[in-house]
Amino acid sequence: MMNLPLIKGFKPYGQQDGLKNSDPVILLLEEYESVKLCDYEMHNHISACEIMGVSRPTFTRIYASARQKIATALAEGRQITIEGGRVTFDKDWYLCQDCKCYFSNPELDNEIEECPLCKSKNISYLGQSKLDGKNIDTDKELCVCPLCGYSIPHLQGKPCKQEICPDCKVPLKRNNLL
Amino acid sequence: MKIAITSTGKDLNSNVDPRFGRCSYFVIYETESKTYEFIENPNKNADNGAGPASVQVVADKGVSKIVSGEFGMKIKSLLESLKIQMIVIKEPTKTIQDIINMFNK
Repeated sequence: MMNLPLIKGFKPYGQQDGLKNSDPVILLLEEYESVKLCDYEMHNHISACEIMGVSRPTFTRIYASARQKIATALAEGRQITIEGGRVTFDKDWYLCQDCKCYFSNPELDNEIEECPLCKSKNISYLGQSKLDGKNIDTDKELCVCPLCGYSIPHLQGKPCKQEICPDCKVPLKRNNLL
Repeated sequence: MKIAITSTGKDLNSNVDPRFGRCSYFVIYETESKTYEFIENPNKNADNGAGPASVQVVADKGVSKIVSGEFGMKIKSLLESLKIQMIVIKEPTKTIQDIINMFNK
């Protein structure tokens, strides 16, 4: 499950004379999503496959295929078209936290407030939850000084050891590694 | 309000069928009168197009919600335009009776 990419594809420029835009490489939406999760949002493969709702081996296959296609486009100077694939979009689905069922909203203008099955109010809208989940995760993680305990929030993708404790002048460590 | 539930058999103790288009039976449950009827799915063994054909079957009954284990790619936009709500159950051990009890709560 995911949200649509901002663009439909990429075009090369500055080709040698006579070489026109050739057949595009077709990057499937799930392949785009796998690269976005792993290389842009810096998730590891385990959390990325959970976000996409596929098994670990399937995720690896999708990701490998995505990299192969992007590399082909770079090496052969081909266009990339992002389309197709087997995907559903987060913005269409809700999840009930009590009975664990997913449901869609047939009337897009009205927001749903309770689970159609168990009438629980404990539901979450998947279009937002990915971002919320990311914030919670990063809130929990801290870069901590191993000597004095000074801490700052951990930035995803930035190694803690690049941060230096202002008092002790030593590299910080991740709180869950101390 | 009418609800369609996909079923593996034709009694209330059957489990929810995890497939929509090629499920064995549909249960059409009427929440006001608490009555139900079982319909055999004519598309159970269809080679292709089972999903849209099954949508036709339940839409003719005037349902506003469908409970199943999974919906195929062709169906989603169709159900959206018909304003039918999809409810996906990830626990295949639930029986038809369980689902009906949940709606009656």
